[in-house]
Amino acid sequence: MSVREAARVTVPAHVAPAATPRRGQRRRSGQWWVPWLFLAPALVLFVYFKFIPMAQAIGMSVQDVRPYLGNTWVGGANYAEVLGSDGFRSAAWNTVVLAVGQTAGSMILGFCLALLVEGQTRKLTFIRSAAFLPVVVPLAVTAELWRIMYHPTGDGLINQVIGLVGLGPSGFINDPHTSLASIAVTGIWRGAPYDMMIFLAGLAGIDRGLYEAATVDGASTRQRIRHVTLPGLRPVFAILFVLAAVRGFRTFTEVFLLTNGGPNGSTEVVMTLIYKLGLEQSRLGVGSAGAVLLFAATLVLTVCVQLLRRRRSA
Amino acid sequence: MSAATETALGLTERTGVGARLAKFVVYTGLFAVFAGPLLTLLVGSFNHVSDPTQLSVVPRTPTLDNFRIAFDHGVLRYLLNSFFVVGFGLLLQVAVSVLAGYALARKVFPLMTLVMVAILATMMLPEEILALPLTLVLADLPLVHVNLMGTLAGMIVPLGAWAFSILVMTEFMKDVPRELEEAARIDGAGELRIFAQIILPLCKPALGVIGVFGFTMIWDQYLLPLLVAQNSSAYTLPLALRTLRIDPAVTPGVVLAASLLALLPSVLVFLFFQRSFARGLTSGALKG
Repeated sequence: MSVREAARVTVPAHVAPAATPRRGQRRRSGQWWVPWLFLAPALVLFVYFKFIPMAQAIGMSVQDVRPYLGNTWVGGANYAEVLGSDGFRSAAWNTVVLAVGQTAGSMILGFCLALLVEGQTRKLTFIRSAAFLPVVVPLAVTAELWRIMYHPTGDGLINQVIGLVGLGPSGFINDPHTSLASIAVTGIWRGAPYDMMIFLAGLAGIDRGLYEAATVDGASTRQRIRHVTLPGLRPVFAILFVLAAVRGFRTFTEVFLLTNGGPNGSTEVVMTLIYKLGLEQSRLGVGSAGAVLLFAATLVLTVCVQLLRRRRSA
Repeated sequence: MSAATETALGLTERTGVGARLAKFVVYTGLFAVFAGPLLTLLVGSFNHVSDPTQLSVVPRTPTLDNFRIAFDHGVLRYLLNSFFVVGFGLLLQVAVSVLAGYALARKVFPLMTLVMVAILATMMLPEEILALPLTLVLADLPLVHVNLMGTLAGMIVPLGAWAFSILVMTEFMKDVPRELEEAARIDGAGELRIFAQIILPLCKPALGVIGVFGFTMIWDQYLLPLLVAQNSSAYTLPLALRTLRIDPAVTPGVVLAASLLALLPSVLVFLFFQRSFARGLTSGALKG
């Protein structure tokens, strides 16, 4: 039962009309502090765990942070160090490659999946649920599971599977040439079903009459997808793209657990680098500068989402 | 209208033997790719073979040994830690979101837009980026000077601030008709009563959405517990998986058994509340 239906049932007919004209008084009823009382817990928690850390990240990024010794102002030196270091540049490059690979892979696969499992039969509902399971598997479990499946010798699970078609054995995450791609495959396995669900919601919004008209006009399946489905899904594509890219930028757990940046730095991403700088080397200032740069990149992308959304609703 | 016009591919229409076979192959392939690794996890955790990287569909010699060894390594304690964090974290998050949603949806007050924008802005702020300063804040909470590092409380309190839940509650509460509230007010109901007995009961579907989403998000937390837990006594189960794996005495089967325990709660929640989940996905991604 929707809210409106519920309301219709609960409100006695003679009460409702009498109450409506009082709208003007409603704003004055109650004390001014009532909404603030309801908001207080949220405000306290957001200030403590979002806004203060944000301010501190920016503050630390321009300081040399020395616990117990006092911080000293260093201006842009942390940023210069971050941007000038080979380690950060290669990590930033890996992050972009991983984000692009995962985003493209999950979107293409997710779109194909959505087309295949669109429909109402019970069998399809079952397949949809099964295909969606990877999304709810905790990241830590995903990483440990794929680590075992990526076992680099010939009796590793995936090596056995690709051995059936005469490939491998591959070193996967242990080989600098395949490590980043292996992490991307794991990410796609987890991301594609998510994208599939969003595409399915988008597909449900496409006017069935258009398909009918296209079929009557003699359009092939390929033409229907190209001229009806894809244009109808354009906003969904745009939003998914940016959401997935932002998700890719902040990747930490999979990389941390699968390779922790190795072998030989081939999978180091910005977040694992920040973690190492901040917690293993206690270089909080430099780590924060990296985090602020990452935030700036995320912000640019998110602003893109907002603009796209606005254009869509306009 | 023929069935062919219902979906983009019109798959439901084709019923020839060849088409049926093709569909069977495609759907089996899908199932293998996405559910296959999870079946491997399930089978491997019950498999006696010392090296479960071996391919097998059913456990060759089924056994509970992997679970027994996992429990010997303290998995029960990590599991309880996880349940503690998800229980209190979710309670806090839902309470905070419901209260804030009520104020933002049902009241008009100065600075309201500012508050709304400030809360929504945090959705662009991935918690990963705040990780380093968050540890400093948790080590010495400003004004009150409490140290939450190394405690489960340190993993729980930050979970209360989740803009997604507030957004869902606010949007949903806006749809409750004004007339209901007015009627209750005329009958002399106070603010708390209107909130608890009129608005909240009508928001059950939204509570389902934020409950299911909050649960899976919290259960999936990794970086926050990693930063806060200073020794294994405060580890949640996802963190403990890595410790288990690094232990040279532990076989992959034991890691898989512990992984199965770490996976089960969120899969069960998903299977039981699929409808709420789908609603949350689309409201979060398309409307939000």
